[in-house]
Amino acid sequence: MNLTLKVWRQRNASDKGGFVTYKADGISPDMSFLEMLDVVNEGLVKKGEDPIHFDHDCREGICGMCSLYINGRPHGPKRAITTCQLHMRSFSDGETITIEPWRATAFPVIKDLAVDRSAFDRIQQAGGYISVNTGGVPDANEIPVPKPIADEAFNSATCIQCGACVAACKNASAMLFVSAKISQLALLPQGQPERYRRVQSMVAQMDAEGFGGCTNTGACEIECPKEISMTNINRMRRDYFTAKFFKEEEIR
Amino acid sequence: MILDSKIPDGPLAEKWSKHKFNLKLVNPANKRKYTVIVVGTGLAGAAAAASLAELGYNVKAFCFQDSPRRAHSIAAQGGINAAKNYRNDGDSVYRLFYDTIKGGDYRAREANVHRLAEVSVNIIDQCVAQGVPFAREYGGLLDNRSFGGAQVSRTFYARGQTGQQLLLGAYSALNRQIYEGKVKMYNRHEMLDLVKIDGEARGIVTRNLITGEIETHAGHAVLLCTGGYGNVFYLSTNAMGSNTTAIWRAHKKGALFGNPCFTQIHPTCIPVTGDHQSKLTLMSESLRNDGRVWVPKSREVAARIRKGELKASDVKEEDRDYFLERKYPSFGNLVPRDVASRNAKEAVDDERGVGGSGKAVYLDFADAIKRLGKAAVEAKYGNLFDMYYQITDEDPYTQPMRIYPAVHYTMGGLWVDYNLMTTIPGCYALGEANFSDHGANRLGASALMQGLADGYFVIPYTLGDYLATIGPKPIDDKHPAFAEAKKAVEDNVKKLLSLKGTKTVDEYHRELGNIMWEYCGMARSAEGLTKAKGLIAELKEDFWKNARVMGINEELNMSLEKAGRVADFIELGALMVEDALQRAESCGGHFRVESQTEEGEALRNDDEFAYVAAWEYTGDNQPENLHKENLVYENVKLTQRSYK
Repeated sequence: MNLTLKVWRQRNASDKGGFVTYKADGISPDMSFLEMLDVVNEGLVKKGEDPIHFDHDCREGICGMCSLYINGRPHGPKRAITTCQLHMRSFSDGETITIEPWRATAFPVIKDLAVDRSAFDRIQQAGGYISVNTGGVPDANEIPVPKPIADEAFNSATCIQCGACVAACKNASAMLFVSAKISQLALLPQGQPERYRRVQSMVAQMDAEGFGGCTNTGACEIECPKEISMTNINRMRRDYFTAKFFKEEEIR
Repeated sequence: MILDSKIPDGPLAEKWSKHKFNLKLVNPANKRKYTVIVVGTGLAGAAAAASLAELGYNVKAFCFQDSPRRAHSIAAQGGINAAKNYRNDGDSVYRLFYDTIKGGDYRAREANVHRLAEVSVNIIDQCVAQGVPFAREYGGLLDNRSFGGAQVSRTFYARGQTGQQLLLGAYSALNRQIYEGKVKMYNRHEMLDLVKIDGEARGIVTRNLITGEIETHAGHAVLLCTGGYGNVFYLSTNAMGSNTTAIWRAHKKGALFGNPCFTQIHPTCIPVTGDHQSKLTLMSESLRNDGRVWVPKSREVAARIRKGELKASDVKEEDRDYFLERKYPSFGNLVPRDVASRNAKEAVDDERGVGGSGKAVYLDFADAIKRLGKAAVEAKYGNLFDMYYQITDEDPYTQPMRIYPAVHYTMGGLWVDYNLMTTIPGCYALGEANFSDHGANRLGASALMQGLADGYFVIPYTLGDYLATIGPKPIDDKHPAFAEAKKAVEDNVKKLLSLKGTKTVDEYHRELGNIMWEYCGMARSAEGLTKAKGLIAELKEDFWKNARVMGINEELNMSLEKAGRVADFIELGALMVEDALQRAESCGGHFRVESQTEEGEALRNDDEFAYVAAWEYTGDNQPENLHKENLVYENVKLTQRSYK
């Protein structure tokens, strides 16, 4: 396959940046999208040019490190996969592909296609956990959890923190991501003691990071590589309002 | 140098509890006066950093990824073993211990492995308390499955994403401590050297991957939790960033390297499609619970499949060779990884391989779908089947998967004593980065167990003993050792950036991978290894002449990062070959062609090789010194493994 790439190049956070066009020739349909970029980069290095920087690591769709806004969609045209699992057979010969970084105020560009997603870490640090120390916990089978509840908590827990939901949202809202973690812990019996404190802390941090609000468009759910459902956002809202109306505790 | 493993005296089952009692404690009021450096935030690192911070120590944690949650532990699929005996099927701590020792082909320490089995039960309790959503049954209790070579169901799992869920649990504990201010987290930082003062580890040198700044960090102890080095083979199931740099630089500073050639080749990975391939994707071993492995009986049929004239489903039952079931009737498709891998290779070498390249065997679910129904198979393996489909464009519900072995895990690593301390006092290695618990072959679902055991339940005890011994006096970060180490790192960066040759760093990495896979992979011979030695020496020389590294230090520069890692991989590759050469026996995943039974099975040589090979660095391009720690088996009788 022979392709034309329009790639966002930006030296660093303060650089204005812009699109640069590259040819990608002799691409095999069996290559993954990132392997195609590897090939382009090897060519650039051979010519003495700076390779295109992009984040990636596990290349099996689970670490959440890869990103890329491809032809106007996070993780490209296919549903329920990350960029590293996207293969070139999903494109046609001669196609022009536009590649951009995630675009959101809370995700500043570091270089080219790599952005800073540490805001997500800080939201989790604000309360995305059950406060137990190592040791001294009850036997794993002491508290039974109904299978449907455990399964649903698992579904929420599969979020890979890639940020596609934010990139897809016209408001750059992080609610799908934040609500997934809140839901996972709010569904499980182990998460009950801190349930209402957690939702307030995490939402407060989310707002402080500069993410937008949710207006129920649903782009996040469609673009999420792990198919996290918007039901999580409803659960988060319910818990948040319950907390604010009836159970307001001091946020740490 | 005398290697003291510090294994406590007394009966096996009492060693750990006795040892815990004998270890010194740090006064609670003094804990805050200590700083501990943790490099790597996978299961071992995140668990250690969180647990030590909970105890009151100050922790500085480092990862090269953009978030600690992205460490490669996240990709582990299958499960985690624990001797809970929830199934009432005869499991026990001793049985888990025994299986792990046997599975490792009698090249691991009895005491370490028994401790691992003991604490395995605590791990599951801990994870459930953190909110890890393990698979459950309708009664609400935890589900188990049998996994890779075990005859009891002791594996806990979370669909095909167990590593992810366990790491997120450890990450959440880490986050809590970051929020409390007890852990200072450094994302996108790479450790480039270890700092030693008076022979003891007192800090590290890092490079900030965004700004390029070379920084030094001081601490009372350094914990290396940086994972395995499977990427020395270029193609492996490891993440692209997984590397050996931290442990390799510690090795060059005096930490002995244990059993470097012990590599695990995982039998069920998606086969290579071409030269562009950047990594291999694992298909969880759990698939072998229901999938049946086969190739055509005849070369002619296999050749027709390779040419695309025949589909797998067209091959008649009597023309198929379910070789694992045929050769190992009692374990069948569930033989340990090394046995499954070697047999797949044999079938391919016999020209009965399938797929375009011929380097694959089938893993067939037709019988399972007939027996259980498609829905049940989907519920168990849905995400794996989807992943397979995305990569290969083939539907595993209607045609068998094609699989082939790939490098997956490295049992070798820094040599550590019973306390997980390397031969450098104050420098520890946890998880896959150490050599300790898996011998010559790791059993399925035991990597997660070991990482978390080291981090949650071993290091919090053993580290205290060392810290109490050295006392809480602050580390002098103005000591010249810091400036010296920093200068050496800066010089190395400059040297790499000055390389303006014609070949990309990836080309060298690929070449190294080819050499390693060809001569130091599943089957090894003295002749091949000797040849590999020469090839790697040539490659190293050429790298420092003709590699091309782009950009400058003061920016995000993946060209520079890669160059440093590949340079270390080349040196490690040479040591692995050296180690493989001296180990003239077949054991675990390594088939030494000179050492086989009449039936062509692996033949171990306990009289000569029941030891840990620990290598001492002596200088650039100098041969390393071999030290031997003899393995003493007081409880288990060494037998030739048989899965027939």
